Amino acid sequence: MRLTLRIWRQRGPEQPGAMTAYEIDGISPEMSFLEMLDTLNEELILRGEEPVAFDHDCREGICGACGMVINGQAHGPERTTTCQLHMRHFSDGDTIDVEPWRAAAFPVVKDLVVDRSAFDRIIGSGGFISAPTGSAPDAHATPVPKPVADTAFEHAECIGCGACVAACPNGSAMLFTSAKVVHLNVLPQGQPERESRVLDMVGAMDEEGFGGCTNTGECAVACPKGIPLQSISMMNREFLRASVKGGGRNRG
Amino acid sequence: MALATRTDPERPAQKGPRQRPEPPRKPARRPSLIGSVWRSTVGKKAVMAVTGLVMLAYLAAHMFGNLKIFFGPGEFNHYAHWLRVIGEPALHYEWFLWLVRVALVASVVLHGVAAYQLSRRDLAARPRKYARRRQGASYATRTMRWGGVILGLFVVWHILDLTTLTVNERAEPGHPYQNVVATFSTWYGNTIYIVAMLALGAHIRHGLWSAIQTLGAGRPHRDRALKIASTAVAVVLAGGFISVPIGVMTGVVS
Ligand code: HEM
Ligand code: SF4
Ligand code: FES
Repeated sequence: MRLTLRIWRQRGPEQPGAMTAYEIDGISPEMSFLEMLDTLNEELILRGEEPVAFDHDCREGICGACGMVINGQAHGPERTTTCQLHMRHFSDGDTIDVEPWRAAAFPVVKDLVVDRSAFDRIIGSGGFISAPTGSAPDAHATPVPKPVADTAFEHAECIGCGACVAACPNGSAMLFTSAKVVHLNVLPQGQPERESRVLDMVGAMDEEGFGGCTNTGECAVACPKGIPLQSISMMNREFLRASVKGGGRNRG
Repeated sequence: MALATRTDPERPAQKGPRQRPEPPRKPARRPSLIGSVWRSTVGKKAVMAVTGLVMLAYLAAHMFGNLKIFFGPGEFNHYAHWLRVIGEPALHYEWFLWLVRVALVASVVLHGVAAYQLSRRDLAARPRKYARRRQGASYATRTMRWGGVILGLFVVWHILDLTTLTVNERAEPGHPYQNVVATFSTWYGNTIYIVAMLALGAHIRHGLWSAIQTLGAGRPHRDRALKIASTAVAVVLAGGFISVPIGVMTGVVS
């Protein structure tokens, strides 16, 4: 396959950036999108140019590092991560636009790499349970009803990739935050911090400069793990419940 | 050392390791429920949802009331008079109407202010556009913002037209039926009104479903039903309102 790539190049956080065009040939349809970029980078290095910086780690769709917007869609045309996107979804002669996640809370570090540590701070504010450490408890010590376990697991699937923020016209992190809140708030192990968790995580999310939800639904379309839009509604319910219960009073 | 596991009561215990230095803490004063709800994006949206539902309930009553125009001037003007004497003798003349007006003004103001503040925040959270955008993205959000502004302007015009009668040239106080017919005898009266009601239908179609979502009742298994119900409410409401100018235009009401 022969392709024209238009890639966002930016030397550093404070530098101006621009879309830069590259021609690339000899791409096989079996390559992943990241392997295609590897091929481009090899050529750039041989030509003595700066390779395109992009994040990646597992390359099997579970770490969430490989975020980039391809032709205006987070992670490209398929509902998966960029590392699991294959070139057979493109045609010979295509022009492909590749851009970093765009959100005030995700500043560009270089080229396609953004700083997603705002997510870590949201997790740090409440995405955990307090449990006695030591020997592992028996698996059946705390019974969890099957539907609850299923709901928790579906939400635990969130890999923190940030596609929801990138796709949202408001740069909102509600889908991510709701996945984390619902995951722990439905489980018996999550009950002691049920109120403070949602209040603190929503507070941290707002503090990081993410936008609000207008129920546009772009996030859920982009999410590679299929976190549904209604998870945000479940988080809203938890937030309003905790506010009415004065959950803040139990904090600290 | 049991003491070592205690956390400083002045600090929130759950805060994980932070990369940023913590901002200097203000003296411990519990934020009020209203304050902390209004300050958060989720809470402010809930205020929009509740005020939106208040306005929606009013509009439903208003629309059914308007349909009385099809039963002639006697019945319509009698109905308009009755609105002013509801609650008598416990309430004075027009008191009920004023209570409704106060609640509505409060709702419109809170709804509009929250919409403005959230929209500014949302635009700031996405400072840079993509070079290529997915087709159709953010359609609902943009129509809600513009539609909301159109509705706000319409409310002002509507009050000047049929309540204070300021812009209604052939109006007479105390004759609402005749005033409505006068409004819909002009091309601009019909145009403004019908365009605003179409905007209202679009606003409610997304807004009612969105409010349910905001207030925490959205679930995947009932999403389709909620969307259909919101569309139905929007169509009935906009259709009911629009039937009045259509009635005047076609001569059914004159
Ligand atoms: C003053 C004029 C108005 C403005 C500026 C305005 C603006 C807005 C905006 C920007 C939204 C948020 C849309 C989104 O999140 O995508 C919204 C939502 C809503 N509006 Fe309005 N609107 C106005 C009048 C009305 C009226 C007259 C009604 C009565 C039916 C109404 C009912 C709603 C409802 C129910 C929502 C949903 C709240 C939610 O998303 O949870 N609005 N409005
Ligand atoms: S909710 Fe989905 S899109 Fe958002 S961070 Fe989690 S996995 Fe990624
Ligand atoms: S590199 Fe880990 S999800 Fe793509």
